[in-house]
Amino acid sequence: MRISLKQHSVLPGFGLTLGYTMVYLGAIVLIPLSALFFKTAALSWGEFWGIISEPRVLASYRLTFGASLLAAGINAVFGFIVAWTLVRYPFPGKRLVDAAVDLPFALPTAVSGIALTAIYAPNGWIGRWLEPLGIKAAFSPLGVTIALTFIGLPFVVRTLQPALEELEPEIEEAAATLGASRSQTFRRVILPAVLPALITGFGLAFARAVGEYGSVVFISGNMPMRTEIAPLLIITKLEQYDYAGATAIAVVLLAASFLLILLINLLEWWSSRHHRKGA
Amino acid sequence: MFISRLTNLISGVGLAMAMVYTVAAKADVEILNVSYDPTRELYQDFNQAFAAHWKARTGETVTIQQSHGGSSKQARAVIDGLEAHVVTLALAYDIDALYEKGKLVAKDWQKRLPHNSSPYTSTVAFVVRKGNPKKIKDWEDLVRPGISVISPNPKTSGVARWNYLAAWGYELKRTGGDEAKARDFVTRLYKNVPVLDSGARGATTTFIERGIGDVLINWENEVLLTVRELGKEKFELVVPSISILTEPPVAVVDKVVNKRGTREVAQAYLEYLYTEEGQEIAAKHFYRPRLASVAAKYAHQFPKVELFTIDEVFGGWQKAQKKHFNDGGIFDQIYKPGIQ
Amino acid sequence: MALVVARTVSVRRTLRQSPVDEPRWVQGALIASSLGFLGLFLFAPLAAVFTEALRKGLGAYLESFREPDALSAIELTLFTAAIAVPANLAFGLAASWAIAKFNFVGKSILVTLIDLPFAVSPVISGLIFVLLFGLQGWLGPWLAEQDIKIIFAVPGIVLATIFVTFPFVARELIPLMQEQGTEEEQAALLLGAGGWQTFRRVTLPNVKWALLYGVILCNARAMGEFGAVSVVSGHIRGRTNTMPLHVEILYNEYNFAAAFSVASLLTLLALFTLALKALVEWKRREEVSHALEAAAAEEGR
Repeated sequence: MRISLKQHSVLPGFGLTLGYTMVYLGAIVLIPLSALFFKTAALSWGEFWGIISEPRVLASYRLTFGASLLAAGINAVFGFIVAWTLVRYPFPGKRLVDAAVDLPFALPTAVSGIALTAIYAPNGWIGRWLEPLGIKAAFSPLGVTIALTFIGLPFVVRTLQPALEELEPEIEEAAATLGASRSQTFRRVILPAVLPALITGFGLAFARAVGEYGSVVFISGNMPMRTEIAPLLIITKLEQYDYAGATAIAVVLLAASFLLILLINLLEWWSSRHHRKGA
Repeated sequence: MFISRLTNLISGVGLAMAMVYTVAAKADVEILNVSYDPTRELYQDFNQAFAAHWKARTGETVTIQQSHGGSSKQARAVIDGLEAHVVTLALAYDIDALYEKGKLVAKDWQKRLPHNSSPYTSTVAFVVRKGNPKKIKDWEDLVRPGISVISPNPKTSGVARWNYLAAWGYELKRTGGDEAKARDFVTRLYKNVPVLDSGARGATTTFIERGIGDVLINWENEVLLTVRELGKEKFELVVPSISILTEPPVAVVDKVVNKRGTREVAQAYLEYLYTEEGQEIAAKHFYRPRLASVAAKYAHQFPKVELFTIDEVFGGWQKAQKKHFNDGGIFDQIYKPGIQ
Repeated sequence: MALVVARTVSVRRTLRQSPVDEPRWVQGALIASSLGFLGLFLFAPLAAVFTEALRKGLGAYLESFREPDALSAIELTLFTAAIAVPANLAFGLAASWAIAKFNFVGKSILVTLIDLPFAVSPVISGLIFVLLFGLQGWLGPWLAEQDIKIIFAVPGIVLATIFVTFPFVARELIPLMQEQGTEEEQAALLLGAGGWQTFRRVTLPNVKWALLYGVILCNARAMGEFGAVSVVSGHIRGRTNTMPLHVEILYNEYNFAAAFSVASLLTLLALFTLALKALVEWKRREEVSHALEAAAAEEGR
């Protein structure tokens, strides 16, 4: 330990770079975010609790977290398949597909929202085929899930891809030689190896979805108690000039985001250590 | 190194563009009109007319900047520091907020211009699909089971609040003032609403582009514009027997014009709305003019309706907002769990 | 945020054959379901944007870019990105140097705080700047006295954009620099290079592709941000509307074709970004495989 400390101290610039990091982080992120907490502090605990435990607010949290969880789950399954096919199988147009996976990340959320609504509305390209089946895609909780699946997709694929690429073929071959079937190899060898990446991707998609606003408001229909997401309720409170109420809901969302990101980072840190030990 | 070159290039471009920005902001006088969504077309025309009028009168070139968005959102932006010289919003409640939250206008702002400070009016009407397949004639038809009604969310849209109050007022008038009946009527109405868009124009898009709903509730000027812009062969206007007189108010923002020394031009801008030219432009954009001569000229455009005002039936915006739309108000109670 | 953490590792893949043991029909089924999924969620929206944009023909499509308000929106978007990206680039370099090359207490909290803006709702990202700089906020009254406009003007839009794109460069660099360790820098210092020289000659070339990739992601997000910017913009036509906001405005004017035209321009920007990204990755792979080949040749000797 002493040696490593000494080694590290050889490099210059620690004070300068950390100082700059802290100042910039403080100015751009921490001070503005603290404004949120100070505004909420104007409320007593009772008032704060009253706002965040209102049935409508609770319903919006349920929808926001539920749909985000579901969307992240869909992405975990299909994102896995996408990442797997992109890594393992050759097929025409593969590079194009690979590049397009990042699109939801780069597209403005309002555009995604409008485009998705145009497709999944009852008279849209896909919506018109779902309508006769009795499936209401746009303007329902399903619509919210569709939008959140769209925006979360790159995160799962992009975290899984490298992990899958890193898998040593020898281990799979060894498993096969020892008589394991392909599905056994998958369950016992491949899945455990990429699980940390899968969970990280899932967590990122989930965290991103919880705060999403732009793409959802177009497709959700905004029905109180049914398809009203938490960020919309923040806007609704603001429309009534109720800043404290808006920030109360926001603080809960922010705390959830912070915990999620912290968990993801801890997981990443743990798995990289685990990995290093293994290697 | 290519990275430092890249950075140099980027910051260089940034600097150059910053200079372009400072140069671009030059004009004799400039005022900002902060307005709500469906007035874009109206003010685009009106601004041109006023600029010409002002030039002729004073020789000064006036540039009018425009900002549009949801009425309350716009009011909030002004409270938070958006430097509006005049506001032209959808409801008086939002201009009241400018006084209450930031003392930006005088308390009696509504008395400073004629007709409650609303130079043009409209009313709440319906759009139905061509041939009126569901036979929608009046408010009653909207609460029939199986009718799908499109109206935006009153919590986020000022226009939607007028829609809600029009329905409430209709039932109140019909039943001779029975509040319980009115409440039941509005509850049944909103049971038929499958989508609550956050803004009025979003609701129109849902009805027109997405093909959802049998009837769209909206302001008459918007309905007439919709029918003209998006197809006479596809949609029809239906005017109910009784409706509300919607009075979108305008005001000079005292704090800003005092600071910038633009009171004269801002005041003239709003007063010009009341002149024959201003009224004519409003009428061309399907707003009902206040001036009798212009109203007569455009009478063919506006069907006869029995109109009530918000002051008569609800005792003004402050009361209506508190009772119906604030958190825990009647609109929220309609959507209590279990009722849906 | 391992979004691209192990991208560096991924280059190894090209150097070996991946074993494909699944029966052909399983492969086919997996490819079909992955393309089907992407089709529903990715290519359909993309196609929708261009179909709607071209609905009134190519002439109308091009016409919508000639409108002064559209031009000023494009200009503002480029301007905002031109400030936000270098700012976060400088920050990313400083932060990754401090975090990756040194050990100190509270590092994981610091990394989490850097990541935080990624998960903050855009609505909140805008709101906090209103609370800070708004007339009713902490600094608003003082700023108004000095006649400095932050929100509802270009600085506010830039600030909100910087906030939203805050983590992207740093998070590309930190894992890579951590992986690379400090040996090379130490060697350079031992050989008598100065700190700044070491950074420029040793560290920077080692991370340049990750850096560029971070810049590309950051830029894509900066140009496309809608929610946060919408809160602080004030929506003054031709003045404080960015491209995403202009799309919304056109859409609200029932000018659907023009709205989708501007949207398609943003999509093209996104696609251009993606192409650039693919190029960066390709370059990176090539470089690494050259290095590995050289190493192998050396070993062989």
